[in-house]
Amino acid sequence: MDNKFDLNDDGVVVVIGSGAGGGTLGSELALKGVKTVILEAGSRHEIPDFKNDEWGMFGKISWLDKRTTSGDWRVARDFSGLPAWIVKAVGGSTIHWAGASLRFQEHEFNVKTLYGDIPGANLLDWPLDLKEMEPWYSKAEDRMGVTRTNGIPGLPGSNNFKIMKKGADNLGYKHCHTGRMAINSKPRDGRGSCLQIGFCFQGCKSAAKWSTLYVEIPKGEATGNLEVRPNSQVIRIEHDNYGKVSGVLYADKSGNKKIQKARVVCVAGNSIESPRLLLNSSSSKFPDGLANSSGQVGKNYMRHMTGSVYATFDKPVNMHRGTTMAGIITDESKYDPSRGFVGGYEMETLSLGLPFMGAFLDPGAWGREFSSALDMYNHMAGMWLVGEDMPQESNRISLHPTEKDQYGLAIPNVHFDDHPNDIAMRNHAYRQGSAVYDSVGAVRTFPTPPYPSTHNLGTNRMSSKARDGVVNKWGQTHDIKNLFISDGSVFTTGASENPTLTIVSLALRQADRIASEMSKKNI
Amino acid sequence: MEKRENQKKVSRRNLIKAGSKTLIVMSVLPTGMIIGKEKAWAVKAKSLKIDTFATLIQVSRDIYPHDKLEDNFYAKVVEGFDSAAGKSKADKDLFENGLVGLEQASMGKYNKKYRDIGWETQRVQLLRDIEKTTFFQGIRGSLITGIYNNQEAWPLFGYEGESAPMGGYLNRGFDDISWL
Repeated sequence: MDNKFDLNDDGVVVVIGSGAGGGTLGSELALKGVKTVILEAGSRHEIPDFKNDEWGMFGKISWLDKRTTSGDWRVARDFSGLPAWIVKAVGGSTIHWAGASLRFQEHEFNVKTLYGDIPGANLLDWPLDLKEMEPWYSKAEDRMGVTRTNGIPGLPGSNNFKIMKKGADNLGYKHCHTGRMAINSKPRDGRGSCLQIGFCFQGCKSAAKWSTLYVEIPKGEATGNLEVRPNSQVIRIEHDNYGKVSGVLYADKSGNKKIQKARVVCVAGNSIESPRLLLNSSSSKFPDGLANSSGQVGKNYMRHMTGSVYATFDKPVNMHRGTTMAGIITDESKYDPSRGFVGGYEMETLSLGLPFMGAFLDPGAWGREFSSALDMYNHMAGMWLVGEDMPQESNRISLHPTEKDQYGLAIPNVHFDDHPNDIAMRNHAYRQGSAVYDSVGAVRTFPTPPYPSTHNLGTNRMSSKARDGVVNKWGQTHDIKNLFISDGSVFTTGASENPTLTIVSLALRQADRIASEMSKKNI
Repeated sequence: MEKRENQKKVSRRNLIKAGSKTLIVMSVLPTGMIIGKEKAWAVKAKSLKIDTFATLIQVSRDIYPHDKLEDNFYAKVVEGFDSAAGKSKADKDLFENGLVGLEQASMGKYNKKYRDIGWETQRVQLLRDIEKTTFFQGIRGSLITGIYNNQEAWPLFGYEGESAPMGGYLNRGFDDISWL
């Protein structure tokens, strides 16, 4: 098939990746009249391709290219080749995300100032604040149809939520509801309302859940200004003699290498692939990789403090029925160092089907202690714990010294050690999560270790000073003015909230900035 | 034909302590057939030694013991090992050599073959000693999908599988909890 835009068209913006960041940015640029090419490494599946089948969809949409792991995190032991549980497909991880759409709290933009020096943590304040983000949050919430905003009612409570709510009430928690979810509770934006199918992680069959795949990208394409090229693996970003980026070398579906020229390049490949691409794009002019004068590319990798608590009860729960994450307790997301750690965490309902529960309840465990838990599968309730983890310079994405992928490029290694603050927070969260269920009469509770990372953040962080980070407050790299980063890797710190709403808000804001800078001929 | 003690009905609570019910009743025939209790199921060893095949069924149940699952769920997973052994000598050696080691340990510790040890706890002790081996982890890893991703087993766990074709759970019990 012929490309819509010519490979030699050096007036286009090239966006690498089509998830929450890239898919939103590319579509918004197109809506603003900017010619945009999205290069997506994965295939284009549509809703009819989605199946309510955990392992089947895992094999179909996950990013399974070779990666290695190191560090003391348990993922390195349990899933050594799978540090992250993210999607390689048009739509990126907005296909399997759960839909939780929470704004950062005001103080979470300024944690360096608030927390002070935490040994081992490479903290930094964001170069922007909540006030500056509020209009963009509002725009994103409207666009994504987030419940409990814009007059959209909350989703109805499932069995799993009702148990959480009862426990929250028992413990005196004040803020428990069915969440701010980018899942339609009533028909909106040409999409129907949630049918309580479950299987949010396997791709939403009803399109009630927002995804760039079927919400943003088709709107962008309808303008005639957006071309999405699936199965296009970017190999390196090219630059000219002046140090401006000039195009992108990529391999198409057949492995043929092509160069798409570009006026602006935006990298949105998630926090593992984005720094990897910058590092793999090193040249004689940029020997340490593109945009890496600070040396921070790939560093400060964050994955959120995570964990889960599952509990079994005497009577049935059937947590697999209904929206996966429509339930939250936000009381612990406050700043309260008297708990023994800085930062906070959210408690959110979660369920896995039996196939995934077998793999993730306690990876590697076997014997009757384990199997007797699964015997009670339909009597189980579950929650996910997600909180702010400490950025550490040594937690990083680096290029593997010897191992190459199918294109001859160095594969990424993902190194992560838990910070003592992360561990203290996780232990607190396990205790509180178990207490929620114990108060409702749990027979057994299970502190389930972190899954491969779904929230990958921080590896091209935002900073006001060029020496402290990779991009400025617009996601524009400090070193190269027509090179932008447009995904969660720009997060200066992680906050306690699920990151997608902030990624989308930053992408909308960045689209505005890029269009404006282009019209002023600044880029 | 080899006879084994009959299974007795015991409550699940007692089982957690006793565990003797889980010794699998099966007939291992010289023809390569393994016949389950009351002829409920039968499998044929094609590439693995029949004793290896039969013992792997017991090992599989001991790794993820579910009293609600009939033995054929485990036998089916071992059929996959047998088939892998038919395609790869390395796989065949892994299972056969692994079994030789397990039987040696079994004889050394209890002076019995693995399948003759009546107590699950004792069999599990032998498995604990080898749980880091490729042999054990290969079996365990296959069981994770072989048991928990087996659609025929799902109803026994109360897992209902796909729901979109039935219109989700909006009108089928997503909020039907009544005991809170």
